Amino acid sequence: MAHASTYKPSTGIERWLDARLPIPRMMHDQFMVFPTPRNLNYWWTFGGILTFMLAVQIVTGIVLAMHYVPTPDGAFDSVENIMRDVNWGWLLRYAHAVGASMFFLAAYIHTFRGLYYGSYKAPREVLWILGVLILLLMIATAFMGYSLVWGQMSFWAVTVITNLFSSLDAVISGLGTTLVQWIWGGFSVGGPTLNRLFALHYLFPFIIAGVVILHIWALHVPGNNNPAGVDVKTPKDTIPFHPYYTIKDGFALVMFLILFAFLLFYAPNYLGHPDNYIPANPLQTPPHIVPEWYFLPFYAILRAIPNKLFGVIGLISAISILFFVPWLDTSRIRSTTYRPIYKWFFWLFAINCLALGYLGSQAPEGWYLFFGRLCTFYYFAFFLLVMPIVGLIERPKKLPGSITEAVLKSSKGPQAAEPPSPAREPVPEGVA
Amino acid sequence: MTVFRVLAAALLAGLAVPAVGSAQEAANHAPQIKTQEWSFDPPFGSYDRAQLQRGFHVYKQICSNCHSMHLLTYRNLGEPGGPQFSAKDVETLASQVQITDGPNDKGEMFQRPGRPSDHFRSPYPNKEAARVANRGALPPDLSVIAKAREGGPDYIYSLLTGYAKAPAGFHMAQGMQYNKAFPGHQVAMPPPLFDGAVPYTDGTKPTVKNYAKDVSAFLMWAAEPKLEERYKLGARVMVFLIVFAVIMYLAKRAVWARLHREDHTHAT
Repeated sequence: MAHASTYKPSTGIERWLDARLPIPRMMHDQFMVFPTPRNLNYWWTFGGILTFMLAVQIVTGIVLAMHYVPTPDGAFDSVENIMRDVNWGWLLRYAHAVGASMFFLAAYIHTFRGLYYGSYKAPREVLWILGVLILLLMIATAFMGYSLVWGQMSFWAVTVITNLFSSLDAVISGLGTTLVQWIWGGFSVGGPTLNRLFALHYLFPFIIAGVVILHIWALHVPGNNNPAGVDVKTPKDTIPFHPYYTIKDGFALVMFLILFAFLLFYAPNYLGHPDNYIPANPLQTPPHIVPEWYFLPFYAILRAIPNKLFGVIGLISAISILFFVPWLDTSRIRSTTYRPIYKWFFWLFAINCLALGYLGSQAPEGWYLFFGRLCTFYYFAFFLLVMPIVGLIERPKKLPGSITEAVLKSSKGPQAAEPPSPAREPVPEGVA
Repeated sequence: MTVFRVLAAALLAGLAVPAVGSAQEAANHAPQIKTQEWSFDPPFGSYDRAQLQRGFHVYKQICSNCHSMHLLTYRNLGEPGGPQFSAKDVETLASQVQITDGPNDKGEMFQRPGRPSDHFRSPYPNKEAARVANRGALPPDLSVIAKAREGGPDYIYSLLTGYAKAPAGFHMAQGMQYNKAFPGHQVAMPPPLFDGAVPYTDGTKPTVKNYAKDVSAFLMWAAEPKLEERYKLGARVMVFLIVFAVIMYLAKRAVWARLHREDHTHAT
């Protein structure tokens, strides 16, 4: 958040640079002494983890690209050759593949944290929108990266997803088909398609990095939200980012890396699909085309809707609806902890997303289809009905008077981890 | 390694894992995969060199008549973490095959004995030739087959030992074989193994079960030649990270204690 600069250049070089390009001043003000609410819990550590994972993906990806061959004949074998004949190639490739899963795991936790604590509410709407944009770019990047392996699942995932654009034929006859052929660079998924997917897969992470910088900028203007959801009122409510949060984020990152390393070294193919180790064959469709786990909820929504065009609209809306969350939620307070009715709907929504993930992995028939439709309904109802209505009718619990009060109250008990037990009194006007 | 599996399941609980197979398939013809104990099970396993060497012989004498393994080279057979044939054995094994090379300075292709740097010789010049020789069925390349099938080496073992008479009333297509492990239970490959088909010199009984197990292990190595290196590095990384985590936790506690002390002073 905006605060007077406390940077004192101590050497001649620092003074010289400070008058020309004050990067040391920015680092000092924004990442060392930056006033941060003192009650951030471990759900707030995923921002740092995500930055780290983006760096891992870019570094491993650049080295992999040096050895990868983006042609239909060479792609599959070049990936295997990387794992056999390139020094540490197996480590780079598995780190990149498992890393994508870990990146999404962290991104989803980060998004749910924002949803739960109302981090999208004023004055952080732009911060939230940039975050949703990053998620969208991540989805595109991961999809294109998966296609580069050029296994059976890669090939057929590209075929299925690019073909979604042909649903536009229902709007203007021939528009969808023309668009799909333009995307393919031919009349089927082939060499030109693979080559452009590779070019874009290399480009997108750098766009993501750019938007991440904007995301952090948009965070540093209003400052962090916090678990109590009340604004910072006095300097006592904040602590400097370093050392308090550098060390807390650092510990959380190491814990996260333990899970990452466990999968990477002992089960690198656990989250993948065996069919993607069969080279792409345009003449043979796999019995079940399923995306990677992190796309399964969206895939379930796509298949739950009987009409192709509306299925595609449902798929796109499922992500883009997040852009409108700051205005869909009518609650006066931020944190779900103090929202007795909304809390239940929120956790039902979280379970609903996991259920959609499971349903996405199953064939869309019988009960799976029925529940797929039920869960799709609730997914959208949560945003379009629950968020606007519950916010209007709900009586929130009493909020702590300040962040410091929230911290001191909770540290009185034997364990300081739980949020304060709130009294059942109406909240005074205008606290959020 | 049941402990490991439980641990893996516990750590990953909550992640939706893609599962294959529709409800109908599961009810009627679930493929029967027999889970085996493998020397290379995580987290501390390693390949059994003698088993990989036996497995290679089974591949060479039986499988390689129809199945290619084009990602592997003969030198791989002598590399650490694999069957580790001696350099001399690798030379001999490579030189036993005739490789088409060229063109030479007259513009002609020619045959020469293989070298360790050559890729495994494929039995057919192209896919079409492979299909013609096998009544239309294409024998898949075996380089990464252990990663390309649900169940991995367990599946390969179950397939090779899963041939049986078709149950009464089960309709078999012309020229197909009934197999308990194959999805759909009809496989074009005739039973490839029979007792005594490949002589073993190390005292292991030359039975179909042993052949199947040895060649499955060999194919697992072919698909994951760096598995041992991966486990070994993994153990070091895990120890490092756990120690690092403890240090970070203690450091975090120490730093945050300053804050709690301050609160205490202010409160009193």
